Amino acid sequence: MRTLSLEHSVALIPDGASLMIGGFMAVGTPERLVDEILRQGKRDLIVIANDTAMPGKGIGKLVEKKLLRKVIASHIGLNPETQRQMMAGELEVELVPQGTLVERIRAGGHGLGGILTPTGLGTSVEEGKRRITVDGKDYLLETALKADFALVHAFMADYLGNLSYALTARNFNPVIAMAAETVIVCADHIMPVGVLPPDQVVTPAPIVDILVANPCS
Amino acid sequence: MDPQTVIARRIARELRPGMLVNLGIGIPTLVAKYVPEGLPVFFQSENGLIGTGAPPEEGMAHPLLTDAAGRPVTALPGAATFDSALSFGLIRGGHLDLTVLGGLQVDQEGRLANWMIPGKMVPGMGGAMDLVTGAKRVIVAMQHTAKNAPKIVKSLTLPPTSARTVDLVVTELAVLAFRDGRANLLETGPGISVAEVVAATEAELTIAETVHEMTL
Repeated sequence: MRTLSLEHSVALIPDGASLMIGGFMAVGTPERLVDEILRQGKRDLIVIANDTAMPGKGIGKLVEKKLLRKVIASHIGLNPETQRQMMAGELEVELVPQGTLVERIRAGGHGLGGILTPTGLGTSVEEGKRRITVDGKDYLLETALKADFALVHAFMADYLGNLSYALTARNFNPVIAMAAETVIVCADHIMPVGVLPPDQVVTPAPIVDILVANPCS
Repeated sequence: MDPQTVIARRIARELRPGMLVNLGIGIPTLVAKYVPEGLPVFFQSENGLIGTGAPPEEGMAHPLLTDAAGRPVTALPGAATFDSALSFGLIRGGHLDLTVLGGLQVDQEGRLANWMIPGKMVPGMGGAMDLVTGAKRVIVAMQHTAKNAPKIVKSLTLPPTSARTVDLVVTELAVLAFRDGRANLLETGPGISVAEVVAATEAELTIAETVHEMTL
């Protein structure tokens, strides 16, 4: 684990990279990292996240500035701009049921090729996918997802990179932390080692590559 | 009483002690306001909370504590928070007793469409497909018609949310139970006749021997 300035952390991300970004309607999204991506003007990004938030918040800002090539998300309903770009053919959007999305990411981070889920059977989600029967029950085969970077928001990080999360800001964060080549963490509180008791650590330090210097909010 | 209140109050009567319940956005959210006094139920927000409480007092909102629509909520004593994988494990894994969702259309057999209108509104399915597929019991809360067009139809013209059929549909005009491919009219809304329900419904209704008026 390295500690880098905000500027240097985001400088690691090349144009065209795939990013998993934590957050649910921008709650638990590392807002400082998003703002720095905007400032550095990264382009052609692929974003994998629960949703595209709303205009002016979190991932919504990246959509507005047209920095994205593709979005894989479960919900874009609170961001009319994502819907507009999708319908105009300016932005590729893959809509995935939320429980399937998080499991595909989990599979990617846990060494699995995919998962079997009943969700989506008999709907448009099934198109082009394999149906597999196990013990007489049908499931869809949904493949694993991985990304170049995970942008994680944590509530507390210790100097080693152990992470804990707060309330509903946890959501996709610990799951994406397992599924990316490089994990960049922005934490609200950075604490000496020992402040986080072992039982409170949700993401263990060896998973984290970069801890952004200075608190996230 | 306005239609939304009728629907929410009637659905609140379906709650039982100890249930784990997920309420969707819109009319379903209102159900929480009408939980019978002292009835212990757990409300789940799929963004990672069990024990979701009423919105906080002015000035008491916490930016990291919201419901699935991103609005500030409170956490009741005994609440628990968790990540999205566990949250949907609860939903798909047979741990969620009841989900209440909004609807655009329900067909004769109880299949629900509630996540998109092709070419017009494509918000994404969010958690809806998992909720309808995985919850032990699915109740749809919706107005009976939209711009005077029936929403309970013979067959869906909108994309379905799941192959699994719903259990109950509650509108301001009726309570319908779906069993064995049939839409059974069980109750009528306040001051509504069976004939009025039939007239506002495209699907063929099986009418119970005695149809009561809803108790709210």
